[in-house]
Amino acid sequence: MKKLKATLLAIAVGGAGVLMSAPATADLVFPSLSYRTGPYAVNGIPYADGYADYMTLVNERDGGVGGVKARILECETGYNTQKGVECYESTKGEGALVYHPLSTGITYQLIPKATADGIPIHSMGYGRTSAANGTVFSHIFNYPANYWNGASHAVNHILSENDGDIKGKKIALVYHNSAYGKEPIRTLEELSAKHGYDLTLIPVDHPGQEQKSQWLQIRRERPDYVVMWGWGVMNQVAIQEAANIRFPMENFIGVWWSGSENDVIPAGAKANGYKALTFHQVGTEYAVFEDLKKYVVDAGKAAGNGDQVGTVLYNRGLYAGFLTVEAVKKAQEIHGTADITSEMMRDGMEALEITSDIMASAGMSAFGPEFNVSCDNHGGPGLGAVQQWDANAGTWKLISEFEPSDMDVISALITEDSDAFAGENNIEARKCG
Amino acid sequence: MSPQFLYTIEVMLNGLMAGVMYSLVALGFVLIFKASGIFNYAQGVMALFAAMTLVGIQNGQVPFAHLVNAVFGTNIHGFGWNLPALFAIILTLGVMILFAILVERLILKHLVNQEPIILFMATIGLAFFMEGFGDLMWGSDIKVLDVGIPSGGSLWLEDKTIGWAAEGSNYYGMYIDKLDIVATLVALLLVITLTLFSQYTKTGRALRAVADDHQAALSVGISLRRIWVIVWAISGFVALVAGIMWGAKSGVQFSLSLIALKALPVLILGGFTSIPGAIIGGLIIGVGEKLFEFTIGPLIGGATENWFAYVLALLFLVFRPQGLFGEKIIERV
Repeated sequence: MKKLKATLLAIAVGGAGVLMSAPATADLVFPSLSYRTGPYAVNGIPYADGYADYMTLVNERDGGVGGVKARILECETGYNTQKGVECYESTKGEGALVYHPLSTGITYQLIPKATADGIPIHSMGYGRTSAANGTVFSHIFNYPANYWNGASHAVNHILSENDGDIKGKKIALVYHNSAYGKEPIRTLEELSAKHGYDLTLIPVDHPGQEQKSQWLQIRRERPDYVVMWGWGVMNQVAIQEAANIRFPMENFIGVWWSGSENDVIPAGAKANGYKALTFHQVGTEYAVFEDLKKYVVDAGKAAGNGDQVGTVLYNRGLYAGFLTVEAVKKAQEIHGTADITSEMMRDGMEALEITSDIMASAGMSAFGPEFNVSCDNHGGPGLGAVQQWDANAGTWKLISEFEPSDMDVISALITEDSDAFAGENNIEARKCG
Repeated sequence: MSPQFLYTIEVMLNGLMAGVMYSLVALGFVLIFKASGIFNYAQGVMALFAAMTLVGIQNGQVPFAHLVNAVFGTNIHGFGWNLPALFAIILTLGVMILFAILVERLILKHLVNQEPIILFMATIGLAFFMEGFGDLMWGSDIKVLDVGIPSGGSLWLEDKTIGWAAEGSNYYGMYIDKLDIVATLVALLLVITLTLFSQYTKTGRALRAVADDHQAALSVGISLRRIWVIVWAISGFVALVAGIMWGAKSGVQFSLSLIALKALPVLILGGFTSIPGAIIGGLIIGVGEKLFEFTIGPLIGGATENWFAYVLALLFLVFRPQGLFGEKIIERV
């Protein structure tokens, strides 16, 4: 009996030991918090496809990253914050290296959780803008650009069209009446004080299917420019209504979440000339797309049916995949091991350098801006460009280089907001350098 | 005239037009509630499904193409045709009639004599099923709906009214979207047709009999199941019309199903059992929310329309729970 007990104890202890000491997985695990259902599926699908296809490409073409295969763990959030948190909780135990929450609401919820769990979050072009301050947000990254950079890019573009003088010009911000939509207000107000333009704020309630009042107001007040912070159906209706009141499309600029094919196609030819911000390139004129065709799409390994390849949001997902893989390489280089942990991944993201050579070697030459991430700057330099819709060709085209934003204004705002967050949450700022 | 006065008129007119758009959705709810006492949660999804089907048929899209291709490794997408809008609408109507038959056979038949809450829950299930089924059948991408309805501001009206304001004022003429004008005419036609149908046809009288008293209608030989199919088919047709009008604004996409949210305050205000109530309720909500946004909105930060409609409906609930035109429910205890 004693022998049996001892044997059982040995099995139990041994089993527990195996469970505790074994690596979580032999793969590089990348949870994909996607939304392929619900009102925003039309935007969620191409992004998720692009991200997954890039990982598949790396596996098929390069044999993984540093010889270790990438594994996507897709979890459906339906763009619902609660489901997003459930997805995080159900996948983090799989050895997740980094999360792309793909929703500002989910990002806000995951900031304390992921920081406590030691898993980095990359909210690329969304989420909490002041997370760019790495001394406060140790595990949150939002390179290469954030909402406040975007607001500044829009104003810079308007400045460039007016020989640097927009004093007295009227700019209206049409925004989704949510935390996301309100993000650029503070920056636009600061820039208004600096450049002397009049800012009119025009909120649109979710979901934004009925915007007659807002566009009648724009028709009455005749702003020189309209900047839009929209999402989902709000974008399509706004562009349609702008066309209906014959607002000049070249003076209508959306943020990068208001600038996909989905947003302009319903308005048809009337959307011609509409502009949107971006932090990556458009189209398929890059070597990586040939590889995608060969190794992923034609091989029947694409996440979708291949019809989204080259669309704006597919390219954004692809770019997110590229930046993730480059951060993995950097982490492997820093720690001298191919099997990295989430903390090592964080180190890789913090030391990330995207150069023209790195982009070229991935077949994505000049696909995005060159930038560096550092311990205290998790947002990069905040470079962005402007793209314009050509309705006849049915394509977007970049009409500017990747240009800087007004960091004098933005850095001060980031410091102010992140310091307030640190104070509220008793976070002691890290020492960098 | 002062520009401010003209702007107020413009806002009121646009509110009336927006109200008509809300009424189009509310009508579908009223038809089913009136005939069967069911609050059809799936009405918004029916509008989405009808619009998706219309675009799919018109553009020759193969239903379930993604599924077929994934399972059989084929690469089929379209039949290669582009049908005239009217023909596509008629075929879509056929699909909605088939849908009504299936709803009756698969759901309603099995729930006869159940509590209204059970039937309501069944329609919630139906809504979720149809959301997924519609995506599987036609894909979840945004579809452009083109049935030849004009859109954009009426230049004629702008030209005629631009001189109404005092000279030197910054007035650009009155703005009304041509799509809204068409929607108003269609809604008017729809209400007249529905009224004539229910007043002067045998089936219409049977519908009214069922609405008044199920048991009495059954006792004189009216088939409840047949009536349910007819009501759901008519409601499907109304959903198609609503789907066309709303889909022409935003493209056909999932969010179209959310237009049902716009119909709820209209129903509370107009009454769940009155067709004219749905129209009048829509007009009051439309004008009320637009005028409130125009006059009070700027003082309190704007974006008042969504909650204003519900607050207005709440006020009506307090003083007239059955709505403006609804039947007062008297129950013996």
